Amino acid sequence: MSINVNGSTAELPIDARVSLLDFLRDHLQLYGSKKGCNQGACGACTVLVDGERILSCLALAVQYEGRKITTVEGLAEGNALHALQQAFIDHDGFQCGYCTPGQICSAIGMGSEAKRGVPSYVSGDLAADVILTREELQERMSGNLCRCGAHNGIIDAIHETMAAEIAE
Amino acid sequence: MTPFSYVRAGDTADALRLGAGSAAAYLGGGTNLVDLMRETVARPDTLVDVTGLSNTIEETDGGGILIGAAVRNTALAEHRAVRTRYPMLARAILAGASAQIRNMATVGGNLLQRTRCSYFYDTDGSRCNKRVPGSGCDAMEGFNRNHAILGASITCVATHPSDMCVALAALDATVHLQGGRGPRTLPFSELHRLPVDHPEIDTVLEPGELITALELPPLPFAKTSTYRKVRDRASYAFALVSVAAALQLDGERIEDVRIALGGVAHKPWRAWKAEAALRNGPATEQAFRAAAIAELADAKPLRDNSFKVELATRTLIAVLGDLAGAAA
Repeated sequence: MSINVNGSTAELPIDARVSLLDFLRDHLQLYGSKKGCNQGACGACTVLVDGERILSCLALAVQYEGRKITTVEGLAEGNALHALQQAFIDHDGFQCGYCTPGQICSAIGMGSEAKRGVPSYVSGDLAADVILTREELQERMSGNLCRCGAHNGIIDAIHETMAAEIAE
Repeated sequence: MTPFSYVRAGDTADALRLGAGSAAAYLGGGTNLVDLMRETVARPDTLVDVTGLSNTIEETDGGGILIGAAVRNTALAEHRAVRTRYPMLARAILAGASAQIRNMATVGGNLLQRTRCSYFYDTDGSRCNKRVPGSGCDAMEGFNRNHAILGASITCVATHPSDMCVALAALDATVHLQGGRGPRTLPFSELHRLPVDHPEIDTVLEPGELITALELPPLPFAKTSTYRKVRDRASYAFALVSVAAALQLDGERIEDVRIALGGVAHKPWRAWKAEAALRNGPATEQAFRAAAIAELADAKPLRDNSFKVELATRTLIAVLGDLAGAAA
């Protein structure tokens, strides 16, 4: 039973109780994904599974056998940061940094959803192409809480990076 | 979490065989069940992962849509036919949880969510008839701002948390089941129970019975439908009150209407009385108000939630007003 994490294959735990989050942190020493609430309320544990954002705290590792997991540690290419990571620096998208890995993974997943036309609760026309306005971004990113006050910088960073990417 | 074994079902027969044990539970995305297990509210000895079963969305010959139980919430909300022909359903799904959770959660699992009543979750300090039958209900005299105003009993005042289910109730979806005694179907509004004297039982499913699919009937006027959710913050919160509605006008006259309310009862609340009051009548604010009042006439608010009666009334009037504008 194996799983792919950031390009490397890892053996899944024998104990089915191990959450994907605990597996990443305690078994693979990937401490980027954070255990904030551990009950699906804060988004700090967000990772990508085959490119889709999920909450690793509500996932059992065994459910994801054979899947491809990407954590914040897997986003940079060597020393070159992912464009969104750089944008978070440029826009002061963090102070304490605790929610940052989850925010960044979530925003990358959000970008692919918007690109393929997934509407949101605030979309006026559910069948129209997605335009990532500030209101849309706030709704689409509402599963990631920031408690230190960087929220506007986070939205700015995502807006700059994702609006450009979707326009491509 | 108490220890359990994890198995994957290859097909429905496999799932039924593996899920036949008295302490087995079917696992979809796990967004609710894993949390309940961590809090030891749920203690299954076997999890049967059924996400490998049908996850297709197909148009039926009759003009409806058949949705496999393993379809993820996001996949259903983004399906073009759902967005254009059943917008209330797409919008209800998108109003629920967060994008991450919608990516994980399955349609079948959404139907079987358990209440978010905090006394239900509080295994250490609270009495809850739903968690421990016969133990009492601490919500009754406790903090019950989020609790039910319709259809509750002296044993339980919990609400059903799903948004998607509110739209499915209004749409008259059909639930496809497979059990030890073969397949059967249920009208959506008969799936969930009111608490009466057995609040520990949420649905009419038999032990080991599995939801295999959901079927949306053809309902052309559902293209003029919507879902509005009122909550304590703008996003990512459970409903205080929600309304799913579809409206069909013939000039000024209401030809047909569908309404269901969320956040008010132990089950998604189909507003039969409001519908009956509106059908064949005028599409006026006065009529909308009378219908809302008729539906909420039996409301029995608790200490902290009498505001829900007025909130549900106003939200229903506003939603019907918007739909009347869009349908005209």
